[in-house]
Amino acid sequence: MLIIGEKINSTRERVRKMIEDRDSKSIQELASHQINAGAQVLDVNSSAANGNKEENMKWLVKTVQEVTSSPLCIDSANPLEIKKGIETYKEISGKALINSITGEKERIERLLPTIKKYQCRVVALTMDERGIPDSSQTRIDIAHKLIRVLTDSGILLSDIYIDPLVVPIGTNDKNGVIVLDTIRGIKEAFPEVKTVIGLSNISYGLPERRLLNCVFMVLAMSFGLDAAIIDPTDKRMMALIKTARTLLGQDSYCAEYIKAYREGKITFCSK
Amino acid sequence: MNNLERISEALQKGEAEKITELVRLALTEQRSPEEILDNGLIEGMNIIGVKFKEHEIFLPEVLMAARAMYAGLDVLNPLLAQTGVKKIGKVVLGTVKGDLHDIGKNLVKMMLEGTGFEVFDLGVDVSADKFIAAVREHQPDIVAMSALLTTTMVFMSEVINSLQSADLRKKVKVIIGGAPVTQHYADQIGADCYSPDAATAAEDAKRLIKYS
Repeated sequence: MLIIGEKINSTRERVRKMIEDRDSKSIQELASHQINAGAQVLDVNSSAANGNKEENMKWLVKTVQEVTSSPLCIDSANPLEIKKGIETYKEISGKALINSITGEKERIERLLPTIKKYQCRVVALTMDERGIPDSSQTRIDIAHKLIRVLTDSGILLSDIYIDPLVVPIGTNDKNGVIVLDTIRGIKEAFPEVKTVIGLSNISYGLPERRLLNCVFMVLAMSFGLDAAIIDPTDKRMMALIKTARTLLGQDSYCAEYIKAYREGKITFCSK
Repeated sequence: MNNLERISEALQKGEAEKITELVRLALTEQRSPEEILDNGLIEGMNIIGVKFKEHEIFLPEVLMAARAMYAGLDVLNPLLAQTGVKKIGKVVLGTVKGDLHDIGKNLVKMMLEGTGFEVFDLGVDVSADKFIAAVREHQPDIVAMSALLTTTMVFMSEVINSLQSADLRKKVKVIIGGAPVTQHYADQIGADCYSPDAATAAEDAKRLIKYS
């Protein structure tokens, strides 16, 4: 399981201010904190900050890379910001991810030249002009189309991360199953292609959101999930992920589980 | 408890089938469709709106109540049309261009309809041109816009500018809402009102058309 730390996101008021004030110390703390907690990749999003959008992204990528060699996930709905981010990114220990492309014709056309040029990893959302489909089959169809477009541009299957788009279970009680079936369908057709989700949307509008998030994470892993954009400082979530990996046969001799236990990183109840 | 109170209660519990039955029953008691709407369905929806705002109930419960409300409206609407009961106002509603979020917008629609407005829902990813065309066609009292992304909320300002250039701005009130939207932003782009949630949006809409 690839853990992508979600916290350097400008839709969070604190982070937006840090970017606008060019507060590199706080941004770098946020980066280090997530890496120490177990994040392997850091998501960086500066879209909500005021000022020159491309300069904001450039500054953010540069600032975060000063304190970590981990890859970054360059997150924006704006192709120009993504381009600036990936131009600025220095490959130290792994390709950057760009987050994200969709099945929308315009988005594909505007992003593909950047993707081709930098041969990076790509997060691809299973939606297009029609919106987010209500069926897993339509989402799988969009994934197939995106996989074809990306591999035609030279991207490796193993560098493609399909995001089946988690939407609130509170608005349609099948929204969980649709995501799970989409993950399974993609992994069956393309075992090398990765799947990734952002979790917290699932619990919108319901109480005890963290409980729903945690259980959904474990379910998604059992359907073949490869990566998640989460808060790595959430100890309970991280303990569950580690344990689920062990139970899914991805931890030989349960070595990591035992190690995490000895380091005091996993307990079931925190009292 | 009379049948109108029972309707309000069943609505709050989201009991759609029971609502259909109770509304028919109330009609046989010679209650007017308007009375059933105001003191049964709308009364119940108002309570649901407040409870959701206060975090006493959760999103799926609001949606169940909405389903129940529409079950009641299905019985009443043909009769309301016959008796010529007028809606209190017209609203053109949509999520702006580039944005596909519809939960908040749908809640606002439901609360507006529950309050007695006629709502023209343009859906999601609605361009300024579509808003203008709808305003021309339906001549609403209010244009209500939703955006959930910082990258799309800028299109609210585009719609307001287009209303201005089409000489329609003075004919409508503009309400905006959505997670990244603030009162400050509403002031900045010249909207008439910022509503933080669906229940407030319905209250604001009534206030804006001076209906009480």
